[in-house]
Amino acid sequence: MKLSFKINNKSKYLELFPNETLLNVLRQNDFTEVKCGCNEGECGSCTVLLDGKPVNSCQVLAMSVQEKEITTVKGIGTLYTPHLLQKSFVEAGADQCGFCSPGMVLASYSLLKENPKPTREEILTALDGNLCRCTGYVKIVDAVEITAQKLLTNNLEME
Amino acid sequence: MFKYVNQPIEKIDGLALVTGEEKYTDDFSFNNMLYVSVLHSGFAYAKIIDLDDSEARKMHGVVEILSYKNVNQILYTSAGQGFPEPSPYDTLLFGKTMRFVGDNVCAVAAESKEIADEALKKIKVTYKKLKPILNLKKSEGSPIIIHKDDGAFPMIPVFYDAKKNIASKVEANVGDFDSAFKKSSRKIEFDFYCSYGAHCAIEPHASVSYLDVRGRLVIISTTQVPFHVRRIVSHVAEIPISKIRVIKPRLGGGFGGKQEILLEPIVALMTWRTKRPAKLVYSRREVFKSTRCRHEYKTKLEVGYEADGTINALHLDALENAGGYGSHALTVLANAGSKTLPLLNKIENLRFTGMGVYTNLPVGGAYRGYGATESYPAYAQAIDMVCEDCGLDIVEYYKKWCIKSGETSAIFQALGEGKEGVAMTIGSTSLVECLDEGAKLSDWYTKRKLYGPNSYFNKGKRLKRGIGMAAMMQGSAIPEIDMASAYIKMNDDGSFNLNVGATDLGTGSDTVLAQIASEVLDTPVESFIVYSSDTDFTPFDTGAYASSTTYLSGQAVRKCAVEIKKQILKVGAEMLSLSIDEVELNGSRVTAKENIKEEVSFAEICQYSLYQKNQFQIQATASHISPKSPPPFAAHFVEIEVDTFTGIIKVLNYTATVDCGTPINPITAEGQVEGAVVNGLSYALFENYYFSPHGKMLNDTFGKYGVYTAFDIPPIKVKLVKSYEETGPYGAKSISEININGALPGIANAFYNATGKRLHSSPFAPEYVMKILSEK
Repeated sequence: MKLSFKINNKSKYLELFPNETLLNVLRQNDFTEVKCGCNEGECGSCTVLLDGKPVNSCQVLAMSVQEKEITTVKGIGTLYTPHLLQKSFVEAGADQCGFCSPGMVLASYSLLKENPKPTREEILTALDGNLCRCTGYVKIVDAVEITAQKLLTNNLEME
Repeated sequence: MFKYVNQPIEKIDGLALVTGEEKYTDDFSFNNMLYVSVLHSGFAYAKIIDLDDSEARKMHGVVEILSYKNVNQILYTSAGQGFPEPSPYDTLLFGKTMRFVGDNVCAVAAESKEIADEALKKIKVTYKKLKPILNLKKSEGSPIIIHKDDGAFPMIPVFYDAKKNIASKVEANVGDFDSAFKKSSRKIEFDFYCSYGAHCAIEPHASVSYLDVRGRLVIISTTQVPFHVRRIVSHVAEIPISKIRVIKPRLGGGFGGKQEILLEPIVALMTWRTKRPAKLVYSRREVFKSTRCRHEYKTKLEVGYEADGTINALHLDALENAGGYGSHALTVLANAGSKTLPLLNKIENLRFTGMGVYTNLPVGGAYRGYGATESYPAYAQAIDMVCEDCGLDIVEYYKKWCIKSGETSAIFQALGEGKEGVAMTIGSTSLVECLDEGAKLSDWYTKRKLYGPNSYFNKGKRLKRGIGMAAMMQGSAIPEIDMASAYIKMNDDGSFNLNVGATDLGTGSDTVLAQIASEVLDTPVESFIVYSSDTDFTPFDTGAYASSTTYLSGQAVRKCAVEIKKQILKVGAEMLSLSIDEVELNGSRVTAKENIKEEVSFAEICQYSLYQKNQFQIQATASHISPKSPPPFAAHFVEIEVDTFTGIIKVLNYTATVDCGTPINPITAEGQVEGAVVNGLSYALFENYYFSPHGKMLNDTFGKYGVYTAFDIPPIKVKLVKSYEETGPYGAKSISEININGALPGIANAFYNATGKRLHSSPFAPEYVMKILSEK
């Protein structure tokens, strides 16, 4: 079957089987920044934004994203042009092994986009679907708070 | 004062991690690659009568199948330790006897993962089911023998009795426990059960292998011990060490779970036989069932003491469930004693007895905390009971009786890792300050007065509050056994390559080691190109375990950088026409001590040494072993609320004060504490293995197993209370393991403070808490 969609603002056309998950299709096509921790929708490592909303890509059939927009962590910012949020993750020490980071960054991004001044409680709730075993979540929550603070002080909008 | 050490420097791989650039094992794929799937035993104990893979072999796309029929039966241990291993050689890559649900039956390599999975279903295995042992208390001396006539043997001269299902046995005596216990006016006996636990690194285990252009085998793997992988794959797959290269890319967490050599020999054999790249990635369920876990433990304490709180005699007994194989069975057991008993070193009569037994349950292995996690719940609750009985404050009690600088414990020598330990005097400790600081931060004295089972605050209330604490120690590396080494060379522009065998598994050790080199060479962290863990290009390191990287590998890096410094000064002095005593390092330059304006930059020095005169490569290598294993210390304070209607324990506040010597990087050090605390809390309150009556793990997914999420975490206060360890790099000790040990005893002591009842079994899940609350 033919699939046409946008990923990180670029058009993509693929041939694939109807039963393939979005996660597998992305990883097989070199989007390895999308990680697989459980393949059962429980860890959030494979989070991508589907039309701006975070989803577990292991639970999404690839064919269902026809003509839709996917954003991976590289669509937020790259090594060369990192997003404020990504810089805050590093500054706060929210980056230990980094395996959950792409998913965590996207879940945080989606939260801040909707709610640039979240309470700590709202951050904890927003990150509830993303598991991390290294940090104990403390510095990840810090990173989100630091970003929100920077947005506020510099009068910036979340982009 | 330090310039680069003890600074919160951002992780050198940080941006690459959070932008998804870094590559983990499963991110490597190669042309013509085979996909491997493994068939695991569904029976806890069975013998394979026959394995017929003919139908599977006929399938289009199936390339190779490995089983006992075509793989040499070579005993090894998957423990991933130094050589000779202290764990028994009792494991086969593919044997005929299945010893737990999840044991390896066979493996298929095929053109796609789907074909490999499909082929597994076509393999006909005829089993003879055997009656399993599914209870650790019923193993020793059972008529059912788990390693019968399979040739299993210990590699080192230690007690091992497979005929009685004993995988390990340890005993240590200091003084005369029996008579001192008998003479004591007060006595406590206390037992505690610790459940199984899974590491739950978010990255599953994976290995990829291929042959390079000269026919050498390259293995990329999720390993904490690349050099041990090379040695053990060589042994199991019968490939010369010179033909194997092991690369550790970024690692998605380990916590001990990736010390085991499980997947690497399988892909190695597939590639060696087919000459094609091969990849094996375990599913999350396979990681739960088939890899290794925290041993199940039953500990028992006997304490004899006097009315003033003086403990005369203390006996810690540990019964460990090794599972189907004895990986780490001996050393985790020894650590259950050696990482607890020296803490209150003034107790004159100590006994430790421990036994690890085989069962047909999942196999234990290394897990952050390594025995101490399993023994502190009983130990620290017993100390709380002594204080309660004698009307003493437990914080003051620890302050009075804990081991101090300049003091020793006979246990250090009595309990080693597979052999006698190493006598050691404590150099650095700030435990007393940790206790004071923790009491202050947690508002200990006020809350301890306010709460209590019969207090106005709690009496007759549904929600009862309590505060409890525990003090702990761990170690830093295995003394006189572990070795680390480093290599540094200088480049034209004044930058350096720092190559280390040390294995960054997400802890940030690449950054920490660069900071140490920076401090020696007085040049920024950015000047170092760090490359870690590649058996072809980095010097040897035992690997990331036993809380060793900062302390041990850090010291190797420091020594190596000191050598480089000498060479730089020599060249600099030559260029300035001065003697080496007349120059010094000064911010990426060599300057004359007398006149700072006489200077040559690092770039000029390297260009001179490479191109101009008396040419040579500025380079050095250094190795380090430690004569001791200086303990980090910690005091944890936990405030909880118990819902006596539902049995739910809610942690209100958690305070961890920690002595890790000099924190080389305070941010990553804090991260180690927070991560370990939350892992400890999750284990204390939720995590467990639930088994079917036939020994099959039932909750083999993240959701059913119950890892803490962001929503579950309480407010956590962390304070690093500095000390200076003379034998560590710039005063550093370890920090990675110790802080997982506080949650169980801390919560248990807080629970007593709230309800007046003692907890004896983990996890402290609502069902268990209700059972304890309903007991009279």
